[in-house]
Amino acid sequence: MVASLLAVVPAYNEEESLGALLRDLRAKVPNAELLVVDDGSVDATAAVARAHGARVLSHPHNLGYGVAVQTGLLYALRRGFDTVVHVDGDGQHDPADVPRLLAALDAGADVAVGSRFLVRGYPSPLLRRLGSRMFAALASLIVGQRITDPTSGFRAMRGPVLSLYASESYPPDYPDADLLILTHRHGFRICEVAVEMQPRRGGEAKLHRGLRPIYYVIKMVLSILVILLRRAPERSAVRHAA
Amino acid sequence: MPPRIQLIAVALSFLLFVYVFELVRRRRLDIEYSLGWLVASAVIFVLSVSRKLLAVITSLVGATLFTSTLFFFGLMFLIAICLHFSVRISALSNQVRRLSQELALRREEEDPRGCCGCGERLN
Repeated sequence: MVASLLAVVPAYNEEESLGALLRDLRAKVPNAELLVVDDGSVDATAAVARAHGARVLSHPHNLGYGVAVQTGLLYALRRGFDTVVHVDGDGQHDPADVPRLLAALDAGADVAVGSRFLVRGYPSPLLRRLGSRMFAALASLIVGQRITDPTSGFRAMRGPVLSLYASESYPPDYPDADLLILTHRHGFRICEVAVEMQPRRGGEAKLHRGLRPIYYVIKMVLSILVILLRRAPERSAVRHAA
Repeated sequence: MPPRIQLIAVALSFLLFVYVFELVRRRRLDIEYSLGWLVASAVIFVLSVSRKLLAVITSLVGATLFTSTLFFFGLMFLIAICLHFSVRISALSNQVRRLSQELALRREEEDPRGCCGCGERLN
């Protein structure tokens, strides 16, 4: 395997936007191998991905965003990739930002997170922004560095941190403050990189409807608490294990 | 304890015991899961047959009614078994998740171009 950079695109029923995204990725990040994790789509997501020269992993049923991303990591580990970048299949993330995420890794970060809030505000509903701010503040406090966008799925990572994310410790639904705190607890360096994000097409994500936000806040607090209460791993041991 | 409720409690716990046993015999219930039910029905059976024992335990627990003692133990058992199920379900969902990931990876290994897998889903 010559290519050591894997671009993982989790996609659930994204046949419409996936083609353009993959073309764009190919153009902006020519050295990356493309992997689409088809999370149980019922449309032609997998076929579109193959037509654009991407490798495809198909979940037998819908398992959720975090699991899809993790399946991509398992693939990366087995095939010996040492750097992985996640780009959402719905076109929210601009492949043109990928080189800057990779540059942050070259500068010594283990995880580079694309943040939409570092430069200027990103239009989002008030309640969501409030929750987002709260967890960003909490994460900043615990991690000990400024975290502006904990929910960003636009991330690049390199080295031993891949094994951590492929393990049972990885939170199975959406990445959030808990993931960053987990990363920090294991002694990995996080770096935020300013990126532009396109607002989601097709209205609000399912995550923000009805009682969901309340459930989500409680779950996140619990998740962070549990991560903090687990015995901290030997930092050096984890970092140099892989 | 009034004789009528005693009769009902004895009958129900006996039926439960026999039914759980029968389920295990027909292999529709694993022994692992049957133990809790068998013990619970046996305890309720013994408590409702023996008034003296029930009286002792009732005063020990501090309940005023015999029936409360029975309900109390029944409730405790239900809580315990629900918790046990939650733990099992968590373990099972983790296993299903890992298996699905493994399946996706294996399928790609065997058939990277997706020639034979198109449109064929497990659900």
